Amino acid sequence: MFPELNNLLNTTPDRAEQGKLTLLCDAKTDGSFLVHHFLSFYLKANCKVCFVALIQSFSHYNIVGQKLGVNLTMARERGQLVFLEGLKSAVDVFFQPQEKPHPLQFLREANAGNLKPLFEFVREALKPVGSGEAGWTYPVLLVDDLSVLLSLGLGAVAVLDFIHYCRATVCWELKGNVVVLVHDSGDVEDEENDILLNGLSHQSHLILRAEGLATGFCRDVHGQLRILWRRPSQSTSQRDQSLTYQYKIQDRSVSFFAKGMSPAVL
Amino acid sequence: MAAVATCGGDAGSAGSAVATASKSNVTSFQRRGPRASGTNDSGPRLVSITGTRPSVRNGQLLVSTGLPALDQLLGGGLAVGTVLLIEEDKYNIYSSLLFKYFLAEGIVNGHTLLVASANEDPANILQELPAPLLDDNCKKEFDEDVYNRKTPESNIKMKIAWRYQLLPKMEIGPVSSSRFGHYYDASKRIPQELIEASKWHGFFLPEKIPSTLKVEPCSLTHGYIKLLQFIQNIIYEEGFDGSNPQKKQKNILRIGIQNLGSPLWGDDICCTENGDSSHSLTKFLYVLRGLLRTSLSVCIITMPTHLIQNKAVIAHITNLSDIVVGLESFIGSERETNPLYKDYHGLIHIRQIPRLNNLVCDESDVKDLGFKLKRKLFTIEVDSISL
Repeated sequence: MFPELNNLLNTTPDRAEQGKLTLLCDAKTDGSFLVHHFLSFYLKANCKVCFVALIQSFSHYNIVGQKLGVNLTMARERGQLVFLEGLKSAVDVFFQPQEKPHPLQFLREANAGNLKPLFEFVREALKPVGSGEAGWTYPVLLVDDLSVLLSLGLGAVAVLDFIHYCRATVCWELKGNVVVLVHDSGDVEDEENDILLNGLSHQSHLILRAEGLATGFCRDVHGQLRILWRRPSQSTSQRDQSLTYQYKIQDRSVSFFAKGMSPAVL
Repeated sequence: MAAVATCGGDAGSAGSAVATASKSNVTSFQRRGPRASGTNDSGPRLVSITGTRPSVRNGQLLVSTGLPALDQLLGGGLAVGTVLLIEEDKYNIYSSLLFKYFLAEGIVNGHTLLVASANEDPANILQELPAPLLDDNCKKEFDEDVYNRKTPESNIKMKIAWRYQLLPKMEIGPVSSSRFGHYYDASKRIPQELIEASKWHGFFLPEKIPSTLKVEPCSLTHGYIKLLQFIQNIIYEEGFDGSNPQKKQKNILRIGIQNLGSPLWGDDICCTENGDSSHSLTKFLYVLRGLLRTSLSVCIITMPTHLIQNKAVIAHITNLSDIVVGLESFIGSERETNPLYKDYHGLIHIRQIPRLNNLVCDESDVKDLGFKLKRKLFTIEVDSISL
C-alpha cells in the first residue's frame, strides 16, 4: 500500500470503512497500481481477501506485493487469500471437460452467458468458516478487471448482475468491501463498457479515477488521480467531495502532489 | 547485477519463492536473476537458455525480437510468456518483415518455431527468412554505413537546434558482448542448412483435419480452435510447460501467427461491425495468453487492425495483449512524396508496453519514431522532423 494514498483517502488498515464498494477506473493510462495498493492494504488489515485476477498471473502480483511489503504466497497458504488466476483457469476450462461448473464456464458457451458460477466461487471463498476461524476482520472481494469480462463476450447487464450479487453478499451480509477495476474506453465508442462504468459509478462509495495527462506523455508526471467520495444511498442534495492529484509511479511507491506542483517543475 | 541488488533486501524470500515455484508448474515469471557467485542462496540454479537474458530491471527472462533497435525500445527485449501484437501496415509489407525477423532470430538461437498462417504455407515462409549477418563480416560493413551517415553531419554542429545533439541515438551497431539480438540482411535468403538444422512446426489452416475437441460449435471460430489445440499439443508434448522434467535442455518456443483476424481464419471481424463471432478473437487471445504464461514460449501476432470495423474491439485486443506495436507505412499515402519524410519509410508507434512484475515499465521517452529499411538494416530512429 502507498502511505501517501492512505493519507489522501484518510484511511489506515486499522480503521478502514466496511460495507463499501470502491470503483477504480483508468482512462488512457494504466491504473493497475491502484489494484496493487488495495491488495496490500487489505492484506495488512488482516482481512480475508478473494482476488479474481483475470488479467495477470499470480507471480506478477506476488512480486509487486513483495515490494509493497506483503507476501501473497504465505497469505494464500494460511488461507487469508483466495486467488483465482484467470489465465491459468481459462486454459483448464477450455481444454478439459469439466464435471461441475467452473468459475470461468462462460468461455465455453456460445451465447452471452452469465456469471453465476463465478459468484458461487466468490461466495464459497468468503463465507465465514465456523468459530475456529483464524480471526480475519472482514471479507474483501477484489476484481482485476471487469472490462476483460466484457471483451470475452459477456454483456454489461450480466456483469452488473454479478456485482450486484457480490455486493449483496459481501457488503451487506458479511459487512465486507468490494473493489473493482474497469477501463474507461474514452473516446472509443464502447457502449457496453459505458453502461458498465455508469452503472457502477452510481453504486459505488468511492471512485478513484486514474487519467493520463491531457497534454500527453510526461516522464515526471505519470497521470492524474481523481478521488470522488459518494453516498449512493442518501439523497443527492449534498455535494459529493472530490479531489484531484497528480502522481508519479516509482519502483516501490507512488508519490502524489497537487496539480502543477511536481518536484520536477518546482 | 542490478537484479540481485534490488532484491537484496528479501533475498531469502526470493530464493524460497523460486524453490516453491519450481515444484509447481513452470511459469516464466520467476525471478531468474543471474545468481552471482558471491551470493550463497538455497534456490535452484537455473540453466540459462540460449538466446535469452534476464532483464536488468526485474530479472524477467527476455528474448530478442530479431530487431535490436526494437528490443531497446521495449526495455531490453520481449519477455518470455508474453504476446507481441503488431498492427499491420496497410499493405502488410513491413509487418511481415518484422514477423520474419522474429522467426529468423529463433532459428539463429536454436529455438523451436511454430508458424501459423491461413494464407501462406509455413514452409514457404521459412524459405523467405532473411539471412543473418555474422559478426566477422558485418563489422566492416557497419563501419562503412556509419561512416557514410556521419560524414555530412559531423562537420555541421547544429548551432541553432542545439538540443538535437542531446537526443539519445538509437544504437545501430552490432552488440559486442553477447549473442542477444542479431542483424539480418533483408536482401538475402537464409541458408538452407540453417532451416534444416532447426526444429519447426507449421500450421497451415487449409490443411488441418477437423478438430475433435468437444467445444460448443459457435463459441470460437473453427480455425482458432484448431490453432489453440495445435499449440497446446506442441507445448505439452515437447515439455515447454515443464511437464517432462527429464528433458535435459530447456528451450524457448517461438510462436508466430500471421494475419490473425483476417477473413481467411473464418473470422468476420474485419468484414462487419457486429458479426456472429465478434468475441471469438478476444477469447482466442485470452486462452493463448493463458497458455503462454504457463510455458516457456513467446508469441508474435500480426493483425490487420486497420480493417477491423468495430473500433471498440481494437481497444479490447490491446488490453488483452502485452506489447502492441503499430506500423504505419508511407506507401501510397501523401507522405511518400512529402520532402519532410523522405528519410523514412514509415512511422512506428509503440502503443503499449506491459508492466510485468513491476509498478513501472521501461517506457521510452521518445514517442515519435520513424523506421526505414535499408538493405542490411531496419532502423528505428527518432523522427526529428516532428519535434
